[in-house]
Amino acid sequence: MEELIEKLKKEVIAQLNLEEITPEDINPDASLFGEGLGLDSIDALELIVLLEKNYGIKIEDPKDGKKIFHSIRTMAEYITEHQK
Amino acid sequence: MDLYITSYCLVRDNRVVVNDRLVFYQENILKFADFIKAVYQQGQINYPKFYKMDAISKLGFVAAELVLKETSTEGLDSGAIGVVLSNASSSLVTDIAHNETIKDRNGYFPSPSVFVYTLPNIVIGEICIKNHFKGENVFLISESFNARLLHDYVGELFENGRVDACLCGWTELNGDIFNAMTVWVTRAGFTNSEAGQSYRPLLFSAENMNVIMSHN
Amino acid sequence: MKPVYILNDNIITSLGFTTAENMAAIERGVIGIREVTDPGLYPSPVQLSLVDTKRLNARFSEILSALHKPLPVDSFTRLEKFMILSVYDALENQPVKPGDPATLFVISTTKGNINLLENRYKTLFNHKRIYLWELGRTIQHFFGFANTPVIISNACVSGVVAVMTASRYLQSGAFDHAIVTGGDIASEFVISGFQSFQALSPVPCKPFDLNRTGLSLGEGCGTMLLSVNPGSSPEPRIRIAGAATTNDANHISGPSRTGAELAEAMRRALAEGGFSLSEADYISAHGTATPFNDEMESKAIELCGLLAVPVNSFKGYWGHTLGAAGLIESIAAVSSLRNNLLYRSAGFDTPGVPSPISILAQNLRKEISMCLKTASGFGGCNAAIIYHKN
Repeated sequence: MEELIEKLKKEVIAQLNLEEITPEDINPDASLFGEGLGLDSIDALELIVLLEKNYGIKIEDPKDGKKIFHSIRTMAEYITEHQK
Repeated sequence: MDLYITSYCLVRDNRVVVNDRLVFYQENILKFADFIKAVYQQGQINYPKFYKMDAISKLGFVAAELVLKETSTEGLDSGAIGVVLSNASSSLVTDIAHNETIKDRNGYFPSPSVFVYTLPNIVIGEICIKNHFKGENVFLISESFNARLLHDYVGELFENGRVDACLCGWTELNGDIFNAMTVWVTRAGFTNSEAGQSYRPLLFSAENMNVIMSHN
Repeated sequence: MKPVYILNDNIITSLGFTTAENMAAIERGVIGIREVTDPGLYPSPVQLSLVDTKRLNARFSEILSALHKPLPVDSFTRLEKFMILSVYDALENQPVKPGDPATLFVISTTKGNINLLENRYKTLFNHKRIYLWELGRTIQHFFGFANTPVIISNACVSGVVAVMTASRYLQSGAFDHAIVTGGDIASEFVISGFQSFQALSPVPCKPFDLNRTGLSLGEGCGTMLLSVNPGSSPEPRIRIAGAATTNDANHISGPSRTGAELAEAMRRALAEGGFSLSEADYISAHGTATPFNDEMESKAIELCGLLAVPVNSFKGYWGHTLGAAGLIESIAAVSSLRNNLLYRSAGFDTPGVPSPISILAQNLRKEISMCLKTASGFGGCNAAIIYHKN
């Protein structure tokens, strides 16, 4: 899990062009949206693309994204559960 | 009605000129991405969203910010500030990037954060968001810089009381070739006194925009 | 300021090749959006409103012969064919001559010949054809327009802004007439992009409805012929009475949370025409059927105090036609003004926006003298324009 979390941090930074942020800056339990990293609605859609592209996981209902993308840890948990 | 260009910015090749001052220069020609990042950092604009923008928005955004640093929008109604920009290649560079994501049926991953920039007026949105400009806005396309077109469009906005100030210019990027020119236009009286710069406002005319554009 | 009149117009969509064909279909409630299975457009089936290609080529070939242009039909792109056909139809039997220096030419498009990025078309046309100015030049040369076109590419408000721009040039006295044409094609480029935004509806779009889940893309073209001289204008005469654009300054893809900026554009357009808010008697909305857009529009209408004014969106008939939308929807709204017939907002069954606006659930015969047309788009742009019947 911790390995996946570190990998995800790097992937999120790259996919969302978070140029001034390093993996160390991201607390895996902190909220990605709102106050945390301050991501927006386009970033949320971009994370859906990331899951599909890098992990082959398709999110059919964008509303599910809220829970899945709450934090890096919830993303990692979702990937572990759904990856074939 | 007399209108004035109270400041201008040129971004091209390896340099940036603001109100006749060379504010950025690189001996070696850099790739656009590296160049614009260096200009952004030196300009101390401090706006993390910059990194999320596509290339053409970065170009227009920086050219706008550098002009706006020289001027004051205090006392102006945000709804009376317009933005009128133009170029030749629309969003072609980003169009090609989006097209790359859908070329291959086995790697079909169109990206929303790329697609959203495949419209030339997104740069206007970025400038308006940063500066809370809410007035008239339009993006025009012409084969080459057309000072007459911009002048007439913007002049009409002032003439009929639609704006009190307007950012106007050319933001062209095609491949690694780029050229941006922005000017801040206001009525007589709204000069850049607060910024305390020595730049003497020019009359807002097509001729004067061409003079600025041909600056070396 | 000089009044600017609409002398003639044309609409090309899935519903037909003239304004009359399109409006007859809409009056009968025909929906042009259907499920399309075409791997050239999208890997899986998708709801689209497409122009009939066979009829397009047949009509185009007729025009080439009529104008004695011995050119192959396929020496023009799909969008160029749309625009040429549309301009040709709007100019037919009209006193306005393209070669007259007093005739302004304005084009609205978001993506132009974007399909030329695809491998299957790349080799068929000169690479310059991808540029919007080259698209403009192609149409200009075809008709021999004296003036280089003014090209507006401002997302989904482009069509309204093009009419507004032409009208402002005419009011200022710089030109006497204007041809305004706007178009966009359905392309893999645009479909895949909106799909990545999860913005496409699995059924024909349902503007303002509770069960709306997104937009349906369409393609098409619209042309308006404007003049300061009402000479050949059919009765009743329709003029452009005011227009404005604003920016949300909020987000590049999400609309304003409050609708205040669209409301401001509506207020300014009405004020320019010397109208009070209460004089608006019909609103032709943007109505894309994405959850946030329709919500924002309803709030803007409420902010203007226009809850009781009938509203519709034409996108339930022919989808979102991007750079054509503002033009064809304006022309449809003008048709309502001429005939005192307001059209049902297709796809609407159950109210589903926060402000209780008056969506047209049925066609409605009503004496109206003014229409407020609005549009909003990516980049936070809003536009509003007033069409008035003298």
